Amino acid sequence: MKVLHYWRAMWGIIWRECWRFITQRERFISALVRPLVWLFIFAAGFRSALGLAISPPYETYILYEVYIVPGLCGMIQLFNGMQSSLSMVYDREMGSMRILLTCPLPRWFLLLSKLLAGTAVSILQVYVFLGIAWCYDIRPPLLGYAWVLPALVLSGLMLGALGLLLSSFIKQLENFAGVMNFVIFPMFFMSTALYPLWKIKESSTFLHTLAQYNPFSQAVELIRFALYSQFNPHAFVYTLVAFIVFMMLAILGYNPSKGMMTRKGNTA
Amino acid sequence: MNKQVISVLLLGLMSVSVKAETVFVTLEKDNALALIDPVEGKLIKTVEIGQRPRGITISPDYKVLYIAVSDDNTIKMLDAETLKIIGTLPSSDDPETFALNPKGDRLYVSNEDDSMVTVIDIAKKKAIKQIKVGVEPEGIAVSPDNRWIVSATETTNMLHWIDAKTHEIVENTLVDARPRAVTFTADSANAWMTSEMSGSLMILDAKTKQISKRVQFEVPGVPKDKIQPVGVVIDKDNKRGYVALGPANRVAVINAKTYEVEKYLLVGQRVWNLAFSPDQKRLYTTNGVSNDISIIDLDSQTVTKSLGVGNYPWGVAVKP
Repeated sequence: MKVLHYWRAMWGIIWRECWRFITQRERFISALVRPLVWLFIFAAGFRSALGLAISPPYETYILYEVYIVPGLCGMIQLFNGMQSSLSMVYDREMGSMRILLTCPLPRWFLLLSKLLAGTAVSILQVYVFLGIAWCYDIRPPLLGYAWVLPALVLSGLMLGALGLLLSSFIKQLENFAGVMNFVIFPMFFMSTALYPLWKIKESSTFLHTLAQYNPFSQAVELIRFALYSQFNPHAFVYTLVAFIVFMMLAILGYNPSKGMMTRKGNTA
Repeated sequence: MNKQVISVLLLGLMSVSVKAETVFVTLEKDNALALIDPVEGKLIKTVEIGQRPRGITISPDYKVLYIAVSDDNTIKMLDAETLKIIGTLPSSDDPETFALNPKGDRLYVSNEDDSMVTVIDIAKKKAIKQIKVGVEPEGIAVSPDNRWIVSATETTNMLHWIDAKTHEIVENTLVDARPRAVTFTADSANAWMTSEMSGSLMILDAKTKQISKRVQFEVPGVPKDKIQPVGVVIDKDNKRGYVALGPANRVAVINAKTYEVEKYLLVGQRVWNLAFSPDQKRLYTTNGVSNDISIIDLDSQTVTKSLGVGNYPWGVAVKP
């Protein structure tokens, strides 16, 4: 098998995902509406909730809406990761997953391509969101827009891998609601996306510990620091390790002889 | 050819390097003076200065610092380089705010408790006159053309126009409740004055001595009673003025031509006094409750850093 075959397959998967996203205008708009509602409505109500302590990467006082922007970038990627997992379940039900997995390329490569496709879509969404936030006077340094790209790639891959892993567990499309309740919401609310760790600690040390070890928190912090042209090595390593673990489990999950697919019967 | 390229690069590097300057901040509760390097963004040191230092200014040649040490009832003169005390000035009781004339030979001190403005001859280190003004004089300024001294009295709600030659009050203007700080435009045509209680800025015409314009501040999401304008400065090109809004934790950016508020910049808690860098590229604010100063980049109109300096930062002066 030549490199060209790999490239063609990967490009095909990524292009299909991007094309689906661009042509589905409703999906494009709804993907943006969610973070914008948080930014324009939720953050407006909490405008003066923060501003007592300056914590890195910020060097001065910030408004709440400035604080939550990196968290909302993470939210876009979290929902996108889950959306990809939803589409995987759908693909599996419709049979296109079977076609994809019977392609004469390694399974891990196909899953990685699928993951990259989802990440590319999420990055597209994040940059559109950051553009709108810029018009709303939330303006990180210009270099930050470049630095945030690798951070978004890693966080997108990590959250996408988590979605892949979950999709290997979900038998039917209807079960996706469970993912919302048991994964997305706890992950999002128990993180640094909406409030800094020191603020969570004020109310509960237990919640603080959970938020600290939540991989989504680390992904958000990686994005937050990168957006302000800073590198957070701890968040980077944590997100990278989480990605590797989730990805390996997802590959295992999609392995017909060992994974969850066997237990679920022949649904793929 | 290579040499040329290197010199061009060096010149480029030199042009982007920021000139170092020292920011002096009086710390009301620490009885000290903080020295800050704003380019490095760090506190250099803190030195003991006397009981409750508040008002601070620097001489036009940047050689002498004047600091009102309120509970010691004096104004101390410090060598701006060595920080050695080189003299004290007779300020009467509890000096808080004062103004230096453009030549740097007269100091005008507001004596809040005595309802007086004391005129001090700096060379002789002597009070040469006391002018009776309204109750609780606070804000004081000298026009750049050295024609007027204006004194704002907090309880009388008046701005007193004192002739700089005769030291006599020429006119009194009734202003909004609890006037605090006052400053002149570089051309001496207008005086800008803040009113703490009414949350406004008044523009007074130096010719008519009347209010020609009033700017009302409204910060989205901040209760009206928290908007208490205090310190005010205007850039030398008369393009923009900046007003510290006290517990609203904002600095208002005002277009000096249209008098529209262009922006509210979030800074530390209870922002009190303001000072420009000598090149007017930056603005420094003292934030009394959060115990820090904020640094505002005036080109981008953004707050770049807030830096802890000590307890109750009050006045600020800058030396190149």
